[in-house]
Amino acid sequence: MARNTLSSRFRRVDIDEYDENKFVDDQEEAAENQGPDAAEVDDLIRQGDMMTAFHTALRNPPINTKNAAVKGKAQATVLRVLTSFRSSEIETAVRSLDRNGVDLLMKYIYRGFEKPTENSSVMFLQWHEKAFAVGGLGSIVRVLTARKTV
Amino acid sequence: MSLYSFGLEPVSCHAWNKDRTQIAISPNSSEVHIYQKSGKDWIKIHELTEHSGRITGIDWAPESNRIVSCASDRNAYVWTLKEGAWKPTLVLVRINRAATCVKWSPQENKFALGSGAKLISVCYFEKENDWWLSKHIKKTICSTVLSLDWHPNNVLLAAGSADLHCRIFSAYIKDIEERPGPTPWGAKMPFGEMLLEQRDCGGWVHGVSFSPSGDRLAWVSHNSSIGVVDAPSGKEVTQLATELLPQLSVLFVSETEIVAAGHDCCPFQYSYKGPRELSLVKKLDVPKQASRGGLSAMQHFRNLDKKAITEEEQNELESLHQNSITQLRIVDGPKTKVGRFSSVGLDGAVVVWDFKH
Repeated sequence: MARNTLSSRFRRVDIDEYDENKFVDDQEEAAENQGPDAAEVDDLIRQGDMMTAFHTALRNPPINTKNAAVKGKAQATVLRVLTSFRSSEIETAVRSLDRNGVDLLMKYIYRGFEKPTENSSVMFLQWHEKAFAVGGLGSIVRVLTARKTV
Repeated sequence: MSLYSFGLEPVSCHAWNKDRTQIAISPNSSEVHIYQKSGKDWIKIHELTEHSGRITGIDWAPESNRIVSCASDRNAYVWTLKEGAWKPTLVLVRINRAATCVKWSPQENKFALGSGAKLISVCYFEKENDWWLSKHIKKTICSTVLSLDWHPNNVLLAAGSADLHCRIFSAYIKDIEERPGPTPWGAKMPFGEMLLEQRDCGGWVHGVSFSPSGDRLAWVSHNSSIGVVDAPSGKEVTQLATELLPQLSVLFVSETEIVAAGHDCCPFQYSYKGPRELSLVKKLDVPKQASRGGLSAMQHFRNLDKKAITEEEQNELESLHQNSITQLRIVDGPKTKVGRFSSVGLDGAVVVWDFKH
């Protein structure tokens, strides 16, 4: 047998990188959106101003970066805000959002479904019900088809 | 409106003849069936069986009475009626993937074919050699071409593709036509020139449609949104994110009214009055009458006991179509004021809708 069959280094080569017909996504490096300001949101929650905290948490979504740490931090901030809402206030909060805001909220909700903690799923399901009433099936389809995830 | 059922198989695509007495459809197979209207029914008069793969597009040229069909077998045939039978002519489209859609140009001297080979093939008839030739448009297309529409000037072609972009190309063929005048989309139009690239429409662009004047282009994409680009207003783009499931086909029925239909199984009307003024008007379906008169008390408790259901079962959708609508076509009326349009879907039904302006 030939000698080079001993080495399995070829198995680590990513041949998709060398495919000339590979689909190249449009790269947009707008690095401004680095996630909501966690400190500011915490302050607002402590003061009890839930609506402002909610809107602040949904600002600057980290959709353009691929940095998992930034996305994780943003998700944690939003989780904190959503948990501190009372069930009766969820509907008013969702109604105060515009179309893009509802889509963004849906993205965070589905992100929250991906990594459930003990009580978070129940809370996310309540938010999902109210957001679905406003956004409809279209908002869920946009979560699935979005190339830039939150 | 009227519903005609053509069997249980989905209708992949359809096309009407000039006076709307005949319809060519493909029942999700490699055959084209032509039906003739007689009274309220449709009778099958021809079966066109040259293709070996599933038919993906049919178009019927009204004036010259020719049918072009394309299929997943990478071929396209032009059919002409000779002595009461349809005779096929193979078109050399030179693609190495399936064809996805086909459309005659407004003057019927050429047609455009979209394919999975990431290119559009524009085919025209060359008289000297008595065959159909094709020219390819490949510029920047990175994935399957899903939909095509011609501009009224017979030169510009809009293409929606699976690489999430919507583009307008020039399909000017100097052997068969005169040079076109300038349009709001651009003045220089050599073959293959890209006059508009609308990047990132949000999802696969399933349907595109030019307005009757050709100044506006509408598209529907897979992220449940509809977009319109307006050439005279500086190519400004207006997008509307809907709460519905994604639409698969879009049609301008006047200069400002748009009809779109798709996975929600019924058509919706949108209105475009200018840049940033795109809105959903209404759902165009007719609500089904409540045919169920109400269960008796015994039936109600029997259902509760045996099947543990508290409500009546609903086996049918409330819309006329029972499955997604895949294609819309104009039936009656000039493009500026369409009177009726037709829709076909995965439920094997063809529905002709009346449109009130």
